[in-house]
Amino acid sequence: MSVDTDLTGPNEATAYGPAQATSRLVPSGRGRWLSFWGPPFAVFLAMLGVWYGVSYLLLSPRRRFLVPPPHDVIQVSFLDRYNLQELLEALWLSTRVALIGLAAAIVIGMFLAIAMSQARWIERSLYPYAVILETVPILALVPVFGLWFGFGFFSRVLVCIIIALFPIIANTLFGLQSVKQEHHDLFTLHDANRFTRLWKLQLPAALPSIFTGLRISAGLAVIGAIVGDFFFKQADPGIGILIDLYRARLQSEQMVAAIILSSLLGIVVFWFFGFVARRVVGSWHESAGGPGS
Amino acid sequence: MLRETADALLTFTAVRKRFADGTVALAGVDLSVASGEFVSIVGPSGCGKTTLLRIAAGLSDPSDGAAQVHTKKIGYVFQDPTLLPWRTVQTNVELFAELRRLPRDERQRRANDAIRLVGLSDFAHHHPRALSGGMRMRVSLARSLTLEPELFLFDEPFGTLDDITRERLNDELLHLYFTQRFSALFVTHSVTEAVFMSTRVVVMSGRPGQMQGAFTVPFEYPRSPRLRFTEEFIHLAGEVSACLRGRSERQSPPPRSRRPAGETVRQ
Repeated sequence: MSVDTDLTGPNEATAYGPAQATSRLVPSGRGRWLSFWGPPFAVFLAMLGVWYGVSYLLLSPRRRFLVPPPHDVIQVSFLDRYNLQELLEALWLSTRVALIGLAAAIVIGMFLAIAMSQARWIERSLYPYAVILETVPILALVPVFGLWFGFGFFSRVLVCIIIALFPIIANTLFGLQSVKQEHHDLFTLHDANRFTRLWKLQLPAALPSIFTGLRISAGLAVIGAIVGDFFFKQADPGIGILIDLYRARLQSEQMVAAIILSSLLGIVVFWFFGFVARRVVGSWHESAGGPGS
Repeated sequence: MLRETADALLTFTAVRKRFADGTVALAGVDLSVASGEFVSIVGPSGCGKTTLLRIAAGLSDPSDGAAQVHTKKIGYVFQDPTLLPWRTVQTNVELFAELRRLPRDERQRRANDAIRLVGLSDFAHHHPRALSGGMRMRVSLARSLTLEPELFLFDEPFGTLDDITRERLNDELLHLYFTQRFSALFVTHSVTEAVFMSTRVVVMSGRPGQMQGAFTVPFEYPRSPRLRFTEEFIHLAGEVSACLRGRSERQSPPPRSRRPAGETVRQ
């Protein structure tokens, strides 16, 4: 009697079985495009409708400057060359502050998380201070930084680092420590040293968590750049300074435009990390395909 | 119960294991696995079967007694396939050779051979999430095969699979055992699986685990899937089950039966 040696026979499910079975249910081409973009576009139109409604139905013409209609915002802020240039220069400054702060937070945060993952005593020594950093109100720290380091670029970046640091530490550490015991056992069985274990096991396993932290921190870095601006009025104007300036001058069209540009900056940075996450871990981890990615 | 052989690859001598919380998992286990043997351990949950394997692999130390392993070429297959989800089938299978710092060409050659052996050549560039449970377990097997182990330690490798896939993988593993000539210590909850796979079945008692019985399995290799339906097989499985439940029926004579054509019994 011979042993059955057909190792890929009909009893085993193939990798493509379920996908083939459901392929007819998935809309294709224009249908898929519509089902993907249709709902958010409909919400956008509804928001525009509410905006116009507030401007023209709730507010009298004398008070319409409080919520200027969208077309006024576009005309005054984006079609006027001088105003647009002022906004873009401020946006560029805030973008540089946010990105440099975020980059520094990534390097520092990952370094600290990796150090903490290597020994419990390092974690016990450092983690409480990371939590304290997170819980101290950033608005209380900003004037202190200004006093110590002046109101220049460095202080602005420092604010971004402080505000963006904790999510990177917490998520990276969580990812590094979430590796299954069986996977650690595999590496122990083959005498893997600490560096090999970190490089070939812990860091790849932690990537989905790391990207979650990066996306949270990216949004916070933009907020840090704008919040910091409110305290750094002596320096070159970032988008936050402009928002405060337009508010004081009752230039509400430009104020709304500045808020829109700030949001766009946050969205672009958030989307960028979602895109990178999809490219890096999308082929093997379901979180990369989640909402907002 | 201790089966001492001159060419034992693995020997447990009065192995006891007490955990830090005071739990005694093993209470003096004597067992050896000779070169070429396929020994299965069956026992109730929590009787220390996995602990015994972990001690054999060096992942845990005995509190008392000794575990001697006379080879460095050990393969360990966990209940979970333990594949790294960010690696493809090919790079997962290369992992152990990579950790052992074998040259790239050599590890690729070994991985290709092992993947072919388990019949997954067409899936070499897939990630584990695209594979079924049975296919993942085959990848896990292939990964261990790359180091050409002399001794395989199996910790309920098919415990989470459905019955059909499980029986199929039993057949495939036996084929590998027959062709690759390794020794094996195989932990399982299934008496049928233990009898079908093994040259010897060892029964452990409930916690703290001790050897409760041992049965030599007389069927020749290669074994046909139809062996499971023969009277001798069913009788032996019944004996092992009875021992597992604590009622020794080992002295009862086997029923007279007609052996299927082609089957021989090794005495």
